[in-house]
Amino acid sequence: MSKVILEVNDLTTKYITRFHEDVYAVDHVSLKVEEGKSLGIAGESGCGKSTLALSLMGYYFPPLHFTSGEIIIDGQRITGMDPDTVRRTILGTEIAYIPQAAMNALNPTRKIINFIEDVILAHDPKVSRKDIYDLARERFEILGLPEDVLQKYPVELSGGMKQRTVIAVSVILAPKILIADEPSSALDVTSQKMVIKMLLDLMEKGMIKSMIFITHELPLLYNVTDDIMVMYAGQIVEKATAQEAVFDPLHPYSKGLMGSIIVPEKGLRNLKLSAIPGVPPNLKKPPTGCRFAERCKYVIPECKTHPIDLRETGEGRAYRCIFSEEYLRKVYQIG
Amino acid sequence: MADKISSCLKGEGLTKIFGVGRRKTLAVDHVDFDFCEGKIVSIVGESGSGKTTLAKMLLGLIKPTEGEIYFQGKKRDISSQKKRREYWKNIQAIFQDPYSSFNIFNKIDAVLLDCIKMRDGKKLTNEQKVAMMAEACSFVNLKFDELTNKYPFELSGGQMQRLMIARIFILKPKVLLADEPTSMIDACSRATILDMLMKLRDEIGMTIVFITHDIGLAYYVSDTVYIMEHGRIIESGSADEVILHPKEAYTQRLISDVPKIHEEWDLSTVQYSVS
Repeated sequence: MSKVILEVNDLTTKYITRFHEDVYAVDHVSLKVEEGKSLGIAGESGCGKSTLALSLMGYYFPPLHFTSGEIIIDGQRITGMDPDTVRRTILGTEIAYIPQAAMNALNPTRKIINFIEDVILAHDPKVSRKDIYDLARERFEILGLPEDVLQKYPVELSGGMKQRTVIAVSVILAPKILIADEPSSALDVTSQKMVIKMLLDLMEKGMIKSMIFITHELPLLYNVTDDIMVMYAGQIVEKATAQEAVFDPLHPYSKGLMGSIIVPEKGLRNLKLSAIPGVPPNLKKPPTGCRFAERCKYVIPECKTHPIDLRETGEGRAYRCIFSEEYLRKVYQIG
Repeated sequence: MADKISSCLKGEGLTKIFGVGRRKTLAVDHVDFDFCEGKIVSIVGESGSGKTTLAKMLLGLIKPTEGEIYFQGKKRDISSQKKRREYWKNIQAIFQDPYSSFNIFNKIDAVLLDCIKMRDGKKLTNEQKVAMMAEACSFVNLKFDELTNKYPFELSGGQMQRLMIARIFILKPKVLLADEPTSMIDACSRATILDMLMKLRDEIGMTIVFITHDIGLAYYVSDTVYIMEHGRIIESGSADEVILHPKEAYTQRLISDVPKIHEEWDLSTVQYSVS
């Protein structure tokens, strides 16, 4: 077994709203990412994917609050650390984060090289400007970005180019783990492919050791990551390898998600796509039983009364449902 | 019924040039098309290929530099405000961003009521209006009773986009222009929106022009596909023909760029663009 880069045990974080209500957007989440592996997180909007990503960085600011659990990055426990220490010693060097609209966060009055200088100088103020430039040039060359981008302003770059530049800047300090939160959802398919290729290149060339990839595009996750974790209403409902998650999902919610995949392949037009009816529960007052019960086709009365635990089944696989594996497979076959 | 399928929207040599002199940009370049009635037609292309400009010309929001648009066999005339209003009764649109499509001060029943007024409001009693709104909501699987006192921002993106379709259901235009209606919505609710577009076609016989950059969506939903590159239509035909047996290199590239499940997604051929 290879080295574990990121370990999260029972992490719970909450938002406190203006009216002092608690919203548990990440609810007892545990996960492990090994060296050289990538983990995909899937789920519909509002299920807590992005909050999980923010929580993993260990850098909390209101309305997001830490409640319980621990995060260990490469043997170092970052929960309970002072936020300023986290920012100086963890972010950028241990863990890097690409937010959803990263490319819009670039200050239009500064050149790309200035952003790189900012990142490096924040961690080590003694580095000379020439060294920074050389490092940046070398990195850009490996990642297929032309050198003259360094001297350009963000407005001079196209959307896909900006996103790739942001990724290159975020990994300049060779973080151990990169969290990419929907890095390609604002791009067209061609730029998306380039961004994906670049992320995989980063892994291959050892600039990052592991990756967490968040998106709602399942075909993308299937092609990019080794493992897939499906989230629903702040909880993990299924953990599996990419192959299993797409072709043999166990939880009814994952099954529903896999039924809504649209890819340009033969036979798609004859397929009846299954969309999941209804909306996710309000997390201010989460239901006591299974959170998916309201929308589930296979619901029985017990689902709504007992909280349901994540069941481990063999090698790294887990799902959160009252029914047994065999039963679920059987009902899916019948349809 | 006659075998001949009548043409609904037709364009001949449609061209749009932005700017003048040396800063001229050719956005749409002598485009010819013929959209049949009661079909879903997709226009697929990358960003910057002129899809949205073409849509705006069809809606009459911008004036074509050259070329003519024919609506139901007659030359389109939108020279006066009155004629334009008449034209817009026949052609309606859904846009990419459902969050900005609504007046945020209006409650949902007011949004729908507006549409009823626009069509034939004066003749109807209140009960008839409510029944009509409820019918439109049930068409898109929304519960009207729960929605009446809500504001649009209280809904999710998918629900808002469905509400847009409910408006279209009330107005019943001949043509619906859907400009990337699913790109800001969750992948999980995408199928629902596409199914509703197909329902509009099957039950009302609406002609739908579906604009997208995702060829997978186009393949799922449409009868005919037009591929656009740099303002020109480079390939067209039935969905099966164009997507399963593409002729042009550009179409082949668009298809290979979409991640797949059953076939291998080849990343080794990716060329990093320099611009």
